[in-house]
Amino acid sequence: MTSNLVKSYFRMDKLPHIWCPGCGHGIVTRAVIKAIDELELDKDKVCIVSGIGCSSRAPGYLDFNTLHTTHGRALAFATGIKHANPDLEVIVITGDGDCSAIGGNHLIHAARRNIGITAVAFNNNIYGMTGGQYSPTTPTGDKGTTAPYGNIDKGFDICKLAQAAGASYTARGTVYHAQLLTRLIKNGILNKGFSIIDAVSVCPTYYGRKNKKGDAVKMMEWLKDHAVNVAAAAKLPEEKLAGKFLIGELYHNPQPEYTEEYKKITESLRRG
Amino acid sequence: MTNRQAKLMQGNEACLEGAIAAGMRFFAGYPITPSTEIAEGASERLPLVGGKFIQMEDEIGSMAAVIGASLAGLKAMTATSGPGMSLKLENLGYASLTEIPCVIVNVQRGGPSTGLPTSPAQADIMQARWGAHGDHPAIALYPNSVSEAYSVTVTAFNLAEKYRMPVILLMDEVIGHMRERVVLPDENELQIIDRTKASVPPEEYLPYKADPDGGVPEMPAFGEGYRYHVTGLIHSENGFPTTDAEKTAILLNRLMKKIDNNLDDIIKYQEDSLDDAEIVLIAYGSTARSAKSAMDMAREQGIAVGLFRPITIWPFAEDKVKEIAGKAKKIIVPEMNLGQYRYEIERAAAGKCEVIGINRADGEIITPEDIFEKIKGVL
Ligand SMILES: Cc1ncc(C[n+]2csc(CCOP(=O)(O)OP(=O)(O)O)c2C)c(N)n1
Ligand code: SF4
Repeated sequence: MTSNLVKSYFRMDKLPHIWCPGCGHGIVTRAVIKAIDELELDKDKVCIVSGIGCSSRAPGYLDFNTLHTTHGRALAFATGIKHANPDLEVIVITGDGDCSAIGGNHLIHAARRNIGITAVAFNNNIYGMTGGQYSPTTPTGDKGTTAPYGNIDKGFDICKLAQAAGASYTARGTVYHAQLLTRLIKNGILNKGFSIIDAVSVCPTYYGRKNKKGDAVKMMEWLKDHAVNVAAAAKLPEEKLAGKFLIGELYHNPQPEYTEEYKKITESLRRG
Repeated sequence: MTNRQAKLMQGNEACLEGAIAAGMRFFAGYPITPSTEIAEGASERLPLVGGKFIQMEDEIGSMAAVIGASLAGLKAMTATSGPGMSLKLENLGYASLTEIPCVIVNVQRGGPSTGLPTSPAQADIMQARWGAHGDHPAIALYPNSVSEAYSVTVTAFNLAEKYRMPVILLMDEVIGHMRERVVLPDENELQIIDRTKASVPPEEYLPYKADPDGGVPEMPAFGEGYRYHVTGLIHSENGFPTTDAEKTAILLNRLMKKIDNNLDDIIKYQEDSLDDAEIVLIAYGSTARSAKSAMDMAREQGIAVGLFRPITIWPFAEDKVKEIAGKAKKIIVPEMNLGQYRYEIERAAAGKCEVIGINRADGEIITPEDIFEKIKGVL
């Protein structure tokens, strides 16, 4: 049964999608279109830009101006689009590897510029598309096909990384907390500057199997049991938060937006 | 802006002015000698003409931003040199496959790697043809003077827009930094080509629909109501990925035929005293200036020397070189690299006449005397 939401925003003739049964990426994609729908954005003005990965395949299924770029570079392409035409609503769909490994430089600089782009990182803690190698968000000790003895790297917190670099909005949701995720994406789009939503997803095929996390349902239950909303966390003692992770709006501090600042220069020159 | 007066200009500056005259309204770059003046100039000039400049975090990002801006409807350019050019290649390939018009200026310096940052070279000739992975079409142009840096940049944009592809503008440190008196053409006299916008309503539009025999698809901008998909995966005419062998072949053939069917339109060159020439110099960019002087020196001594100067480096002026090889006794190819274009010329000459290189890759230019000596040596 296809929902009206899917019918209105998916390119129905491009389905079925490539994702595995139980993959979390479909839930994040739905949250993106639900946010767009609730904000009643003009489809013709929405650009969805992605890099390379299972997650980055999402734009192909969506009925907007869509751009599937090179691995890690989505934010740089998106920067060109937004700067060239600030009237466009530019949303980036990216993976944890795409945005924090190969695309890490573009991420911190898009955040630093506070350019009006909303990035949704489909974070499944693994390189899904290439078959389960560890990524910069694979927890220390976990396994990947290139970490057969356990990963000794430390993981990135994508939200902290972006905040430190200058993003004006950061939030984390999960595929278990789908309604919250929609709300977070919506608020990210409403924020004028650079917003990033770390959307914790699940990859039962590789991350799940390699780390004996069970099937998709088990992995979703794990998310339910380990995610703590920031508001609730504020009232909890430290020891209750051990092993948990925060969800919700983590940071929101409106700052001058890049293309608006550029426009000011252009206008002052015109007057001058 | 009507601009008839003579001006003293630098090559890099003329390139920027040519770009703006051609309609360039977006520049993304990352500083690198000897191209930096182009970015500096763009940061100052573009906001004055309603355009956009951005200094990106690296050359990969610059190339990506240029492609994004072009899709959003602006004529876009970036400029770099050796190490930066290597980084552009990833997304240059993307622009070739997705057919996004843009211009990439490479003011060549000594390489490989960081090489000789402030010295001239012409060692990225083969990179301009084959740098990006996979079979792809290529157009590369190479001016030899400040005034040509202006006019050839206009041509670069016209070809990029007409054939919907990235066009490389090669210069070298000498051309980029040289100052010459130039008389810029009146902007009203320039022929400016813009990409073809969609001629059909959105429901009938297919982003990659074109005559399989080298046709160029129509290109509305993002935001104009067409809502199409662009991917660096092999795609069919609807823009969506395919792995179908036949569709792949159709796409790649069409991309190559955009060039192969239009060689007369794309290939530009200058011929000088070829009619009676027994020795023909084939040279491009700043080295062609030395070649011209060497030719004049030889002619004064009654030696029948001619000069063929390709302005279009790629596609290669194969027929013309074949014709020269059929008539001349010797071809001399001076170039500031270890013989890159000479390989191509030898291939076209196919043994019909001897092809001799004069090569330097030590950061020094090839002088008229170097070439003149060689001419006398091979007599
Ligand atoms: C330059 C480059 N390097 C490597 C690859 C191979 N590659 C494709 S997808 C991918 C990882 C994707 O992982 P992630 O971004 O986490 O997305 P996921 O597939 O997990 O959704 C890699 C390494 C590539 N396409 N391009
Ligand atoms: S490999 Fe993992 S991330 Fe990719 S589609 Fe399958 S479950 Fe999803």
